[in-house]
Amino acid sequence: MSATFLGLPPFPEAARAAVGDSRTRQNLHKATHTIRGKRDAVVGELGEDWQRLRSQGERVKTHTLRHLDHYLEQLEESVQRAGGTVHWAADAAEANAIVTRLVHETGEREVVKVKSMATQEIELNNALEAAGITAYETDLAELIVQLGEDLPSHILVPAIHLGRAQIREIFLRQMAEWGVPAPPGLTDDPKALAEAARVHLRELFLRAKVAVSGANFAVADSGTLVVLESEGNGRMCLTLPETLISVVGIEKIVPTWSDLEVFMQLLPRSSTGERMNPYTSTWTGVTPGDGPQNFHLVLLDNGRTDVLADTVGRQALRCIRCSACLNICPVYERTGGHAYGSVYPGPIGAILTPQLQGMSSETDKALPYASSLCGACYDVCPVAIDIPEVLVHLREQVAQGPGHTDEKALMAGADAVFGSAKALDAVQRAAGAVGGNLPRHLPGMAGKWTDTRDLPDVPGQSFRQWWNKRDQQEEEGR
Amino acid sequence: MRIALFITCVNDTLFPDTGRAVVRLLERLGHEVVFPADQTCCGQMHYNTGYRRPAAKLAVRFAKTFGNADAVVVPSASCAAMVRDNYPKLGGNGSRLSRKMAQLGPRVYDLTEFLVDVLEVTDVGAYFPHKVVYHPTCHGLRFLGLGDRPYRLLRAVRGLELLELPGAAECCGFGGTFSVKNGDVSAAMGFDKARHAVGTGAEFLCAVDNSCLMHIGGTLSRQRSGMRIAHIAEILASTEKEYAHA
Repeated sequence: MSATFLGLPPFPEAARAAVGDSRTRQNLHKATHTIRGKRDAVVGELGEDWQRLRSQGERVKTHTLRHLDHYLEQLEESVQRAGGTVHWAADAAEANAIVTRLVHETGEREVVKVKSMATQEIELNNALEAAGITAYETDLAELIVQLGEDLPSHILVPAIHLGRAQIREIFLRQMAEWGVPAPPGLTDDPKALAEAARVHLRELFLRAKVAVSGANFAVADSGTLVVLESEGNGRMCLTLPETLISVVGIEKIVPTWSDLEVFMQLLPRSSTGERMNPYTSTWTGVTPGDGPQNFHLVLLDNGRTDVLADTVGRQALRCIRCSACLNICPVYERTGGHAYGSVYPGPIGAILTPQLQGMSSETDKALPYASSLCGACYDVCPVAIDIPEVLVHLREQVAQGPGHTDEKALMAGADAVFGSAKALDAVQRAAGAVGGNLPRHLPGMAGKWTDTRDLPDVPGQSFRQWWNKRDQQEEEGR
Repeated sequence: MRIALFITCVNDTLFPDTGRAVVRLLERLGHEVVFPADQTCCGQMHYNTGYRRPAAKLAVRFAKTFGNADAVVVPSASCAAMVRDNYPKLGGNGSRLSRKMAQLGPRVYDLTEFLVDVLEVTDVGAYFPHKVVYHPTCHGLRFLGLGDRPYRLLRAVRGLELLELPGAAECCGFGGTFSVKNGDVSAAMGFDKARHAVGTGAEFLCAVDNSCLMHIGGTLSRQRSGMRIAHIAEILASTEKEYAHA
């Protein structure tokens, strides 16, 4: 069975280990800063137009989500008209059952996969494996993660946490178990690694009769699905097999073909820092004699309708999975994706995951706090999701729930102190009397501060006291 | 102009020098400063941690305390941003608080905004003969959009050599309760910020927010780096006669 995010420790705990792992931190620093620079350059060259594009992307997505019922029905009709079959899945279990049944009906025992967050979200590979079906990831980074029995740690670059020496090791150790083995003299030269993957994957592409994909966009009026990718491996999966099954979140809809124009500019620039991605594949139902002859679209809800009901949180559904927020986030840069304990890491994961799956576990409850609220994610988001606003909104829900007794007591105390200027003055006088005699290491929550940083000395006189004295002296002087 | 000072709870309690510097500076520029005594805290810590109700109570207190002021000056970008960006949301649409804040919000300024936009000065007659780096805090940079205002003010200070801080736009990792809830990540971010600052060879790290400075300064102090922190108000208030950091 493949690895799973279930049962991983809450963010602060997982982050502690990640922060201490210097090799991973180096990999992440280098990767995120490189891609940041590329993004800045290609976004910068659009000047003022970028903000206009961004607003347009936001508008299209907001409009579509507001009329999602209409566009979903339209999409269903269009796909059926084009010769495809549409399935509706309320949750992960239903989606997995549908895909498993569809694969079984082909009589095949293996599928090739196009990189897809939706199938990660429902842990499709595990479900297929349980049903005796092998799923082969064909995206290079997904392949590395799958071979390494690891978990993806980034939306766009799932193996971002690994260096090339580690990748070489994984290829040498695992490729043979899954198909064509790695060449014995394999070096960690990127070209050699890519070539080993190419040879390994080619056999699978030519052999597979069934492919599973997601989609970046689903066009309602034409029934067209769209995948953007960099390697061409996705296109191999989308065109060679006889049967294609696409699992797509219901929020992926855009109304018309011409709406794609906006996202074809927003997405590559935000994600890979390119003006255009190398491969854009579109498919509309089936075409006799060309490409897959059976096409199934599985429309996935899995919590999305609940998110839509939340007036503040629903903006998370605008997300086009570009990863710009991960790449800019100073927290993600230092912890990597695994610390988030969720398929969607980084700032978007911190608001999307707890909304999609609810906040019953400690891991889910910790996610809205996995941010310093610096706002860099909102700045770069191509569809202007105000991630800090949603984080605070979700924190309210956590704070209203049970637990956090220490924190609630602290807040109640602060409430009392700040409820009157007199009370504040009294506390300041008491603290000022302790002055510079605070212990270097404090117990409890405050210890998280004094472990690594000094506290400032409390001055003997608050500003308020100084002001009042000065005021008095002036009065007397008059 | 009669200027109401919102000192903020952190400055009031831990950094009274900053408040004194603001008063000295504004009076030197010929303005009267008043200190409405009922003020306490802007409620940002409550709000950001998910405690909306107490934050709303403090918002109402603020609106009442400062409602009649011609201008409210705040020596903290994050508290100014809290008041301007979040108070209207706290009351809800059409509430009394949101109506009041629609009037009052535009009269609330971070100190550097007030100097440059309202008083229209960049040379405040300051003297500070040191090498300085400026850390643009997240609230100053992204929420208030202070832009080059602090830099313009600092460049006009006699004797001051302004050095460039690498990775300036990156968060220092304070983030209010984030600094204890996620202490390890916060410390790692603060460490990198401190490293970049020390690497410039500057003597002072300056910012518009003492909470960020407290965090970075705590790291600098633990590392015995010798680098000191200063709120921008202290630098701008400093003159040959009344020199802040002797």
